Order: sequence, then C-alpha cells, then structure tokens
Amino acid sequence: MTMRIVVLGGGTAGTTVANRLARALRPEIRRGTVEVTVVTDRDRHWYQPGYLFVVFNERPLEDFVRSERALLLPEVGLVVDEITRIDLERKQLISPQRHYPYDVLVIATGSYPDFQSVPGLAEVTYDFYTPQGAERLRDRLTTWTGGRIMIVQDVPHKCPAAPVEVTLMLDDYFRRRRLRDRVEIVYTYPIGRVHAAEPIADWAKQQFDARGIRYETFFNMEAVDPKRQVVLTMDGSEHPFDLLISIPAHKGAGVILNSGIGDESGFIPTDRHTLKMIGQDDVYVLGDATNLPISKAGSTAHYQAEVLVKNLVDRVRGLPETHLYNGKVACFLENSLEDASFIAFDYDHPPRPAATSQLLHWFKGMYNELYWLTARGLM
Amino acid sequence: MAEAKKTIDARGSFCPGPLMELIKAAREAKVGDVLEVLSNDAGSAKDIPEWAKKMGHTVLYVEEAEGYWKIAIKKER
Ligand SMILES: Cc1cc2nc3c(=O)[nH]c(=O)nc-3n(C[C@H](O)[C@H](O)[C@H](O)COP(=O)(O)OP(=O)(O)OC[C@H]3O[C@@H](n4cnc5c(N)ncnc54)[C@H](O)[C@@H]3O)c2cc1C
Repeated sequence: MTMRIVVLGGGTAGTTVANRLARALRPEIRRGTVEVTVVTDRDRHWYQPGYLFVVFNERPLEDFVRSERALLLPEVGLVVDEITRIDLERKQLISPQRHYPYDVLVIATGSYPDFQSVPGLAEVTYDFYTPQGAERLRDRLTTWTGGRIMIVQDVPHKCPAAPVEVTLMLDDYFRRRRLRDRVEIVYTYPIGRVHAAEPIADWAKQQFDARGIRYETFFNMEAVDPKRQVVLTMDGSEHPFDLLISIPAHKGAGVILNSGIGDESGFIPTDRHTLKMIGQDDVYVLGDATNLPISKAGSTAHYQAEVLVKNLVDRVRGLPETHLYNGKVACFLENSLEDASFIAFDYDHPPRPAATSQLLHWFKGMYNELYWLTARGLM
Repeated sequence: MAEAKKTIDARGSFCPGPLMELIKAAREAKVGDVLEVLSNDAGSAKDIPEWAKKMGHTVLYVEEAEGYWKIAIKKER
C-alpha cells in the first residue's frame, strides 16, 4: 500500500513542505510506500516580496519567477491543474478534468487581495500585491509629476509590514528623483496608531515624522468614489487623492470558499499547534490559508513547514506526532532603498524591531536569492 | 449579559494583533452581534475599547483572566 501525501498549492508553503518531505522520506519514496505530489494551478512560482523591488524599478519582475517543476525535487510529483472542490468525505481533490485521491492532504492555497471588498475601489486603485499590479504601479510612478499619493489598507492582509515599507520606499524613491517636494505621501491605518504591533508603530511613526510623511489613524475605508477621486471612511469624512495604492482585505483561495470548508472569508479553522484542520485527522493547513491570528507571511509558512514535516515523517513511520508550532514569524522591514530593520516573534514573545542598517537591507536583498534555496527545502 | 455570538481567540497574536482580528470579525458580523476577544497582548485592554468607541460600538466588558484579557463588544452599526 502506498500512502499518498498530496499538497494542494505550489507557493511558498506547499513547495517547501513537499521538498522537505521528499528529502526526509527518500527511502520510503524509493520503496514505493509513500508518494508526495504537489497539485497547483500554474507552473510558475512567484517570489512575492520581490514585487516591492519591481515597483521602484530596482529589479525586473522576471528576476522573481521560476518554474515550479525546476524548484521541486525529482522525487516530488507535480500536477498542474486548478482544483475546484476539496471533497473531505471521499478524500479527493476535484477539478473539471479529474479527481485526485489522497490519504493525507496538506492545504497551502494562500490568500488574495479582494479588490471588490470596497465599492468603487477596483476601478481606480493601484497595487503592489500582484505581479501585474507591481508593474503597472512602477510605470505610473515613472511618469508621475506630483500630487497626493494615498496608501490605504484593510485586514486581514498578508505581510503586515509591506504597506509601511512601500511608504518609506516611496519617500526615498522621490527624494532620489528630486521630486519629493512635489509629492505628498499620506499613509493610513485602521486603528489608533500606524501599525498594529506597538514596537513597529513606534519605529514607523518616528520615520514618518522625520521624513515628512503624513499619516491618518482610525482610517476605516467604506467606499471609493472613482470619479471624484476620494476615499469615504466609516466616520463619514472624505479623503481626496491623485494616486491610490490599496492593500484591501484578503480572502482565502476560491476553492476553499467553494468547498465550504473555511470561515466567511475562506480561511480554514486550524489548530494553532498541530496545524491540523479542526476536526480532521488527515488534513493539515499551512501558510496564508489558515485562520490563525498571526502574520500571513512567507516566514510563517517556512517555520510551519519545518514542524509539519517532522510530524508527517513520524506519521509515515508509525510514531506519534509530537512537534508543535510555536507561532514563530520573522520579517525584514525596508526603511528606504538602502537600509532595513528586522523583527522576530512568536505566540509568547512580542516583536521588537532591530536597529536599521545597510547590512540588514543587504541581507534582505540576499534573501531574494536565498528564497529559492528555502523553497527547495535546503535551508 | 448578552451572550457572545463569536469568540475570537487571538492569544499569541502580536502582529497583526487582536484588534485587527476583531475588525475582521466585526466586518463579517451583523448589527447587534456580540464579539468576544481573548488576548494576551497587554495593549488590547486599551486598544479595543478605544477603537470601539471611535466606531460607535458598545464595550460590554474588559476582564482579566489567568494571564489574558477577555473583552467583548456589541456591534452597533
Ligand atoms: C508585496 C508582498 C511582499 C511580501 N513581503 C514579505 C516579506 O518580506 N516576508 C515574508 O515573510 N512574507 C512576505 N510576503 C508574504 C508571502 O509572500 C506570503 O505570505 C507567502 O507566499 C504565503 O505562502 P503560501 O504558500 O501560504 O501562499 P502562496 O505562496 O500565495 O501560494 C499559494 C499557492 O496555491 C495555489 N492555488 C491556489 N488556489 C489553487 C487551486 N484552486 N488549485 C490549485 N492551486 C491553487 C496558487 O497557485 C499558489 O501557488 C509578501 C507578500 C507580498 C504580496
């Protein structure tokens, strides 16, 4: 009997977990007692943090794309197909073409900005959360001659620090182009300070004040009027803009919503320590797809993958699954186009940003390359 | 006391944080629903009531339990 381990989603979490499993279970895969297969809807793998560098014309988009097949070890099977339903009862994935049975399922289908979540938003917004969005914003910025740029955001969204980063990078970008005095940058945040994590808020606020970046708090978007170019907020006020950059609330993948296995937004109820889907013994959830109240970030996916692989190897070998995820997350924070900070935290330890340095910026740049090694399960 | 319609266990959440989890749940909830948040982030006892007041929701209680806070709001609009 072969144990079929199927990983749905070939992004950061899915690719890392499949490669690490294949390396750890090589003997079983050779003997034919275990099969590891990634089922994903495209053969291209995007390194999403790279979009920030695309926006400021530092690197072309092509630098951040690889073929998924080339990233996966030869021992991992790859199926490129769009799954439309997950059938937990019959233990199979369903696409219009085929059914894929599994014994153990790992769901890693990610999260996506929902530009429809605010009326009028989709018609006027620019973004840097999608590959096409990053290129379009880059092109807009290169021909920009001045005016008010507004950064608006809603929760949940992946990489909670990226809106702060893009704001600080915009400031630096326009200074370098000697256009800063013609650009007003307005950063907004839904709660009473500029970031949910207090230490990040303190750090960012200091930067904003020093660099003449305006910010508005308790900013809860209700609608956008595309014709008049204004954002309407819950408190009834209007905020005009010339260029709107939005990070709207994210949703889980369409297949999760379709299968009725997630919450209202398509995030899957997941045990915070074992990473099992609640009420399911054969289904694990990783990365952005979970409903866990922690950062949706590549580093989260990475630390979760480390824990899950240990447990799956034990499971295959008939041992109890004893490894628990402790909520670990780590993030770089770009402070400009030249220096950066770094934070790490877990369920029990709040974040504390490191002093900014060129070294940390350099390391973030290095990570753009190292990422491909982590996805291969080598780091 | 009104019974919580939904409890959000945000213990261990520092970033994006318990208030952000509550905002997400509040968007999905109906007017009149009671939402309870569990948080071990000391800032929540201050942040959540402050946000609720600003948005016009009612704060029902802010209680300290063993090592964490229980805070409930009623969605008013
Ligand atoms: C601009 C930006 C900057 C970021 N910066 C950072 C950073 O500095 N640090 C950090 O840690 N994180 C960062 N992130 C977040 C990080 O990229 C994500 O959190 C991470 O990719 C999540 O991994 P995942 O595997 O859960 O989802 P993804 O990597 O998004 O992968 C999901 C996969 O599921 C597949 N899929 C979805 N639906 C289906 C279906 N129906 N059938 C088949 N396949 C399907 C998709 O094709 C995709 O391959 C950033 C993100 C953005 C957008």
